[in-house]
Amino acid sequence: MSIATTFGLNLLQLAFVVGLAPLFSGIAGRWRENIQGKRGPSIWQPYRDLRKLFAKEDRRSESATWIARFAPYAVCLSPMLVTLLIPVLTDFPLFGAFAGDMLAAGFILGIGGFFLTLAAVDTGVPYGAMGASRTRMVGFLAEPVLIVILFAVSFVANSTIPYIVQQQWVHPPAHFFSPAHVLVLVAFFMLIIAETGRLPVDNPLGHFELAMIEESRVLDFSGRSFALLKWGSAMKMVVLAVVFVNVLFAPWGLATTPVLQALAQAIIAVFIKIVVLLAVLVVVETSFSKLRLFRIAEYLGGAFVVAVTAMIAAVLSP
Amino acid sequence: MNAQAFIPEINALICGFFVLSAFAMVVVRQIGACLGVFIAQSLLLALSAFVLGASPFSWHLYAVGIVTLLSKVIVIPWLLRRFVPGEIYTLREISQSIDVPTALLIALALALVGFVLGTRLVTAAPLLATQNVIVGLASLLIGALVLAVRREAVPQMLGILAMENAAFLAGIAIAPDFPLIAELAIAFDVPLLAFIVAILTRAVYRRVGSTAVGELAALREHPQ
Repeated sequence: MSIATTFGLNLLQLAFVVGLAPLFSGIAGRWRENIQGKRGPSIWQPYRDLRKLFAKEDRRSESATWIARFAPYAVCLSPMLVTLLIPVLTDFPLFGAFAGDMLAAGFILGIGGFFLTLAAVDTGVPYGAMGASRTRMVGFLAEPVLIVILFAVSFVANSTIPYIVQQQWVHPPAHFFSPAHVLVLVAFFMLIIAETGRLPVDNPLGHFELAMIEESRVLDFSGRSFALLKWGSAMKMVVLAVVFVNVLFAPWGLATTPVLQALAQAIIAVFIKIVVLLAVLVVVETSFSKLRLFRIAEYLGGAFVVAVTAMIAAVLSP
Repeated sequence: MNAQAFIPEINALICGFFVLSAFAMVVVRQIGACLGVFIAQSLLLALSAFVLGASPFSWHLYAVGIVTLLSKVIVIPWLLRRFVPGEIYTLREISQSIDVPTALLIALALALVGFVLGTRLVTAAPLLATQNVIVGLASLLIGALVLAVRREAVPQMLGILAMENAAFLAGIAIAPDFPLIAELAIAFDVPLLAFIVAILTRAVYRRVGSTAVGELAALREHPQ
């Protein structure tokens, strides 16, 4: 396969994530309201929001430095970079496949979060700084979970490159049905909830500043910066969902050859898989209430214990 | 034929959820949720028995599954709901001797011990359903921890029953042809235990207004 083909396919994957990320968040938003018995906004609402925000003036506080200007781009770019490393649509490695492993993907996502945290302090809003410190708390509790999950996965697949993991980790049925697999899935699911700021860790729809975690960091952004932040967080959600469904849970339905028909099928299959994951997430989100702040440590501690057990089961499996 | 090849795999999947339920028993705070976890765990045990009993067809394993379903999924929860006062299930904070994160870390260490010992055991004597023994041993130790940590009557008893579940999970893999007398003994023994604990809890709750076993250390002549 020529480099041009794999590079082109990489760009197609990027277009899939960038283009459909607002749609996925729109679907989740609509279903969340539907479950509560309300009609909910259209699934295209995030696109309308983005168009409106891009047209508006970008106001920034007087005390803000270059960090506040740069952070939205970092938040938006980091999931795009990760997209180049993971199998979104294809079964075979692409141009960027060996540029970094899953740990690198985690760290690249962390860069976006890092700059957003700095920017939240930078703007000088007290709520921003509070949200920043809380996000760091969730972040440093979530990090060991991610790393231990990667350990468990790499003990089975002998690699942390997502494309190779995807081939090795679940394809033999004995791996798919092993206790380690169940435990890794549960731990990663809990991690997605914590990382994307969903209930029961954080309420993304809450408007009470004292209770906010993730959202309070973006209070002081407007116009184009705010649009980029929203788009970036939607993309981060899609990237994590893709890792969950394509690498860890159900690596079927991906294109095995770079043919147009196979790619079209893969797009539909991946779309359906992510939508199913969103449905589960929405049900979880609406059936739990928000945890108190210091209970989050317990929640992520639980995820950590599950991940370590997965690793033990993976290492000791006879 | 194809379905038969999948039996060990499905069983391993059930075992994965089983060890998860053992951890859930440590984490869950509300007594009602604790009971829910116990019901789920018993269901998994019954499922494992049914799946293992299907391949070399075994009436004994089916009997284990049906006895588990009847006694632990239906009778015990009904007894506990019927005789333990309803207010206890809605309490938000239940009494514990160690806080949840510490208990979780200890549970993790116990799970490690269980997995290591179980793997040794399985390699020493090869079995059909290896995961059952490993997961059963780990869950048994975690159940003992629940028993030690909880200081409320009902969760403590659920800890004993969780240990019993775990021992059964390992047992059906070691001895698929159980003597019927053991199954029947379990079927009558365990609901009786639940019944007695429920009645006692009810009586204690009426007199003292709480079922926190940890606070019943000193003997008192007259109730307050």
